[in-house]
Amino acid sequence: MSKRETDEVTGVETTGHEWDGIRELDNPLPRWWLYVFYAGIAVAAVYWVLMPAWPGVSGYTKGMLGQSDRADVVRELQGLKQLRGAQAAKLQKASLEEIEADPELQAYAQAIGQSVFGDNCATCHGTGGVGTKGYANLRDDVWLWGGSLSDIHRTIEVGIRSDHPQTRFSQMPAFGRDQMLTSAQISDLTEYVVMLSRRKADAAAVARAAPTYAEQCAACHGVEGLGDQTKGAPNLTDQEWLYGSSRDDIRGQIWAGKGGVMPSWKTRFDPETLKALAVYIHANAGGQ
Amino acid sequence: MTVVIDRTQPPKPAPAGKGPVSAAARVRAAGGPGGGLYKPRTPIYPKLVHGRWRAIKWAVLIATLVIYYVTPWIRWSRPGNLPDQAVLVDFAGRRFYVFDIQLWPQEVHFITGLLVIAALALFLVTALFGRLWCGYSCPQTVWTDLFIYVERLFEGDRNARMRLDTAPWSLSKAWRKVGKHAVWLGIAFATGGAWIFYFHDAPSLLRDFWSGQGPTTGYVFCALLTFTTYVFAGMMREQVCVYMCPWPRIQGAMLDTHSLQVTYRHDRGEPRGAHKKGADWAGRGDCVDCNQCVTACPMGIDIRDGSQLECINCGLCIDACDEVMIKVGRPAGLIAYDTDAAVEARAAGRPALYRLVRPRTVFYALALGAVSALMIWGLSTRTTLDLHVTRDRNPVFVRLHDGAVRNGYTLKVANRSFQSEQMTIALKGQPAAVLKMPGSSETAKAITVEVPANEVRAVRVFVTLPPQVLSAPNLPATFVVRSSREEARTATTFLSGAANSQ
Repeated sequence: MSKRETDEVTGVETTGHEWDGIRELDNPLPRWWLYVFYAGIAVAAVYWVLMPAWPGVSGYTKGMLGQSDRADVVRELQGLKQLRGAQAAKLQKASLEEIEADPELQAYAQAIGQSVFGDNCATCHGTGGVGTKGYANLRDDVWLWGGSLSDIHRTIEVGIRSDHPQTRFSQMPAFGRDQMLTSAQISDLTEYVVMLSRRKADAAAVARAAPTYAEQCAACHGVEGLGDQTKGAPNLTDQEWLYGSSRDDIRGQIWAGKGGVMPSWKTRFDPETLKALAVYIHANAGGQ
Repeated sequence: MTVVIDRTQPPKPAPAGKGPVSAAARVRAAGGPGGGLYKPRTPIYPKLVHGRWRAIKWAVLIATLVIYYVTPWIRWSRPGNLPDQAVLVDFAGRRFYVFDIQLWPQEVHFITGLLVIAALALFLVTALFGRLWCGYSCPQTVWTDLFIYVERLFEGDRNARMRLDTAPWSLSKAWRKVGKHAVWLGIAFATGGAWIFYFHDAPSLLRDFWSGQGPTTGYVFCALLTFTTYVFAGMMREQVCVYMCPWPRIQGAMLDTHSLQVTYRHDRGEPRGAHKKGADWAGRGDCVDCNQCVTACPMGIDIRDGSQLECINCGLCIDACDEVMIKVGRPAGLIAYDTDAAVEARAAGRPALYRLVRPRTVFYALALGAVSALMIWGLSTRTTLDLHVTRDRNPVFVRLHDGAVRNGYTLKVANRSFQSEQMTIALKGQPAAVLKMPGSSETAKAITVEVPANEVRAVRVFVTLPPQVLSAPNLPATFVVRSSREEARTATTFLSGAANSQ
């Protein structure tokens, strides 16, 4: 644009832009605005001197104030440790029973346990701890290896079918796959187990399976099917089924005898964390 | 409504030798094209007046300043570790203490209500009596008045100040200026310093502040308010009211012709003109054009130009005019708190009518009464006990070996009293329910927990229902928490899992 247009009313030059007859006046910037702009540049220069600002080849300018977010985090974590010091020391010394008896210590242990559970256990047992098919529900009152505080602690410590020398171990035989029983016998046994769980079952099949149950199953699951927590044998009379409650599920389990693995956490957690986790699981479980 | 003074007419030329006296007139005279993009502030030198309104202004100034400086130092005994400061805004502890009332962040609606009441009161007062807030109790007015008082101590009254400002620099001018600014800064610092006491325990903050141990926010806000007080009350003064404050614009909607305002009774004053002692008053107005009203005005306007945006209704021109009227032997009240309607009526020879009851004042009064009643009701029925219930979502329910079902709940029990309370938590609506806290081996119909004074405690509760009562997927239930004096209820549901049996 060669010649600038001047607005008649104000006598101010326009930018030459026009929208539906409305023209923009080319007024100079307010003086104070310019001052704020210069002040902003000055502040930036001061900031470079005081704070970490410029990257270098192997580092960066540290600034005169020595500000460092990394150092802040380290300091805050140390502060947190100090804050927890008294409770942490108490937790270290206390037995499981003592932790449960002290409400304050228990709340502290539960808080730690909850966070550890979310990081390590929730993958299999679920964030709510109710498990899924093949992974035990930790919220109810049915336990394969015992639901007392010390039982839970022990299970976490050594695991189940883990590589720990003292691991909890049980083996449901694969009666079908290993050809220990015939298919017909397994079908009859399935009816027998259905009967044990107080559901309608084929009476003839139950009668045929009774001697087989007594011979093959009662040793672990008990004559009445109540199970045995010392052997990790599940109770067959309740409504809780690790591998499903349908006839197909039960038959499949007699046939193949699945057994999951729970790792030993002894080497991964320090003793306090282990105790805290046991306390958390026990507190949120349905009894025992 | 007729325009009192027609500003479309060019102003009358000032009498020779006198020059325009009001700052506004000086600006008008200096204005015009080529005056630069930015209008400089024209200094205003208000002259000291004596009289009824000036006395009231001094009284309000002292009262408001005393309230401002003394309030944080009032001690108020509260039990336990609670702060013993009567008025305290405790941001760190998230509590707001006002004598026997302590508000939680959840109760911010009480603050909102207070602000609504303040706004409506302002509307009502403005509709009835004009901008009394601006003229007497606005902090900008109070501190500006205080700063002008200091200025007068160092530099003398209007004429002396004007002379001093045009005089060349001298030792006398230097110490007066330095002294004035030093005292201003001192007042400004005391203002910012007092402000921060509202947010921390005043005695310990005073000690920490001077030993360098105070909180950073304390120093920052003290510096900020020192700066704004010094600049607003010392340098900007009426510019804050005219250019920065939205209220002068809004108040136009509150005022009508029946609102009392500082009014020049032009029916009595015009035609104005100088008056020789002993001359006849017939055929002329009472205004002797002495300009005392203009020199007294802290806003730099001429009240004889009529109702103006700049006018803060302070009444100092009334005092200035009354003094002159008495001197020349005419009745006081040529400038007075009056209404435009009354002036019009008198000018037309009718008796002046004052109408306090008008639709707008009735509406403001009713609204004010309604909101005040609501606030009083809210504060008087305010409980110190509060219960909030969140049902566990993961797991939604847990089925136990015997078919019983357990739900987990998190209860937030708020104890807003100043005493630690033993609270009993029970579940109404499900008589078969058994309650248990995680980690506790005891099950019971009710749980007792201790909630410390002025705190919220989160309580986890497991509720177990036996299989025979699990008739529907959703079972209604109500948590009831009882302190020694009060009871709170919150309805919830118990999910039985009946719809999705495993």
